Amino acid sequence: MERDDLIQDHNYSISANHNEAQGVVIRKKIWKVTGILTLITFIEVVLGIGFKQNSDWWAFIKWSFIILTLFKAAYIVLSFMHLGDERKNLKWTILTPYLMFVAYLLFIAAREGTDMSALLLNYLGS
Amino acid sequence: MSGEASKQIEKDVLWGGGRSPFSVTYGKMMMWFFLVSDALTFSGLLISLGFFRTGVFGDLEGFWPVGEKVFEALPLLGTGFPLIYVALMTFLLIVSSVTMVLAVEAGHRNDKRSVTKWLVWTVIGGFFFLGSQAWEWYHFIHGSGGYYISANELVVDGLDQSGETISYTVAAGEKVYYGAEHGHSHEEEGHDEHHGHDHASNNEISGMGGGGHDDHAEEEVHGEQTPKVLYLNKYQTSIVTVDDAGTITKLLAVKNENLPETSGADLSSNEYGPQQYANFFFFVTGFHGFHVFSGVLINLIVLIMVIKGVMHKRGHYEMVEKTGLYWHFIDLVWVFVFTFFYLV
Repeated sequence: MERDDLIQDHNYSISANHNEAQGVVIRKKIWKVTGILTLITFIEVVLGIGFKQNSDWWAFIKWSFIILTLFKAAYIVLSFMHLGDERKNLKWTILTPYLMFVAYLLFIAAREGTDMSALLLNYLGS
Repeated sequence: MSGEASKQIEKDVLWGGGRSPFSVTYGKMMMWFFLVSDALTFSGLLISLGFFRTGVFGDLEGFWPVGEKVFEALPLLGTGFPLIYVALMTFLLIVSSVTMVLAVEAGHRNDKRSVTKWLVWTVIGGFFFLGSQAWEWYHFIHGSGGYYISANELVVDGLDQSGETISYTVAAGEKVYYGAEHGHSHEEEGHDEHHGHDHASNNEISGMGGGGHDDHAEEEVHGEQTPKVLYLNKYQTSIVTVDDAGTITKLLAVKNENLPETSGADLSSNEYGPQQYANFFFFVTGFHGFHVFSGVLINLIVLIMVIKGVMHKRGHYEMVEKTGLYWHFIDLVWVFVFTFFYLV
């Protein structure tokens, strides 16, 4: 197994300095991500204004919001927070709890919430 | 057996045990661990919001207020701008995240001047966001219209869309919303148009135009004989009487009785709908705002350190990177709050 706790090169974050030329490339990427994030926010607002919650399209719009948000989050975490540039095992140590537990908890909350209202409506008469 | 012992390890990045797991410094690793746990806290808040949203109130269809109707005001410009202010806040936070990542990038070049410049912009962005949030809280707490709570059961006669007389009973304690306050909102075009045909109520509507919920408004409600035009909460979809096209589908008129007025929201009353809506607003955006506040403080401290040349002497700007992680995390949380509290 490859060891990753030994410092053998200058990929290590603290010494990962770069020169001006590399800086230009990195900055270009930063502005690109900025553009993408702004565009996604803009699309979300336009969708939010354009579709009422009681429209037939709402379920589709709602899921679009969630998927767009996940895209935005991925860009922030992987690009702005540089998690994409870290070692693979650090990356997945941080991301796995969310992929597993938050998805699970969301499912439970939505399921349980629905059942709670069925309880309230059907048995408690409110 | 030329294993680890023979390999070169930079002394300044070693952890106490002489290793460097994940090939990051101890400080950065711990910042990530902190963010993971902090993110779980926010997940907990948003999941409990989802519980109420999908369940208890979601099934009573449309009981939950609609973000674009509650948050539609801009400073100085009044109402009628659904979600624009929140979108601007989101954009502001994204931009300040960008200036932060530019500061980190400059740090990797040991460019003290650029780091200082971008950190200053980041701090300014943070202060602007805090100010925006303060304004939004102020606006939310003070409300934009106000409702009336009927002290006892009222029988309300009014005209529906087609001009037919209808009767409606307002139960004791039920909230009744005065409609005309929102005269500038985008939905009111249909509103006004409708009243063009509805001469019986035309008077009251135009009379109330920008009046708000001042004494004048209450007087009119107390006034006898003339029917007052009211409609139920416009922030909620099912009780709301404005349809897709912006036309009012149900008009209610109060004959008499005194209706105590409530406006805005706090932890015990909420103009916009279920009390939980206000509670979640205060707690989720408040907890996030507290993070922004501490983030600005930390950024300021690091900025001072950068200006004093502490980082330059160290030879690296990793502290900027670590506070940068925290600052991006604040942006990340807001992205989710924006979607799950305001949009969905």
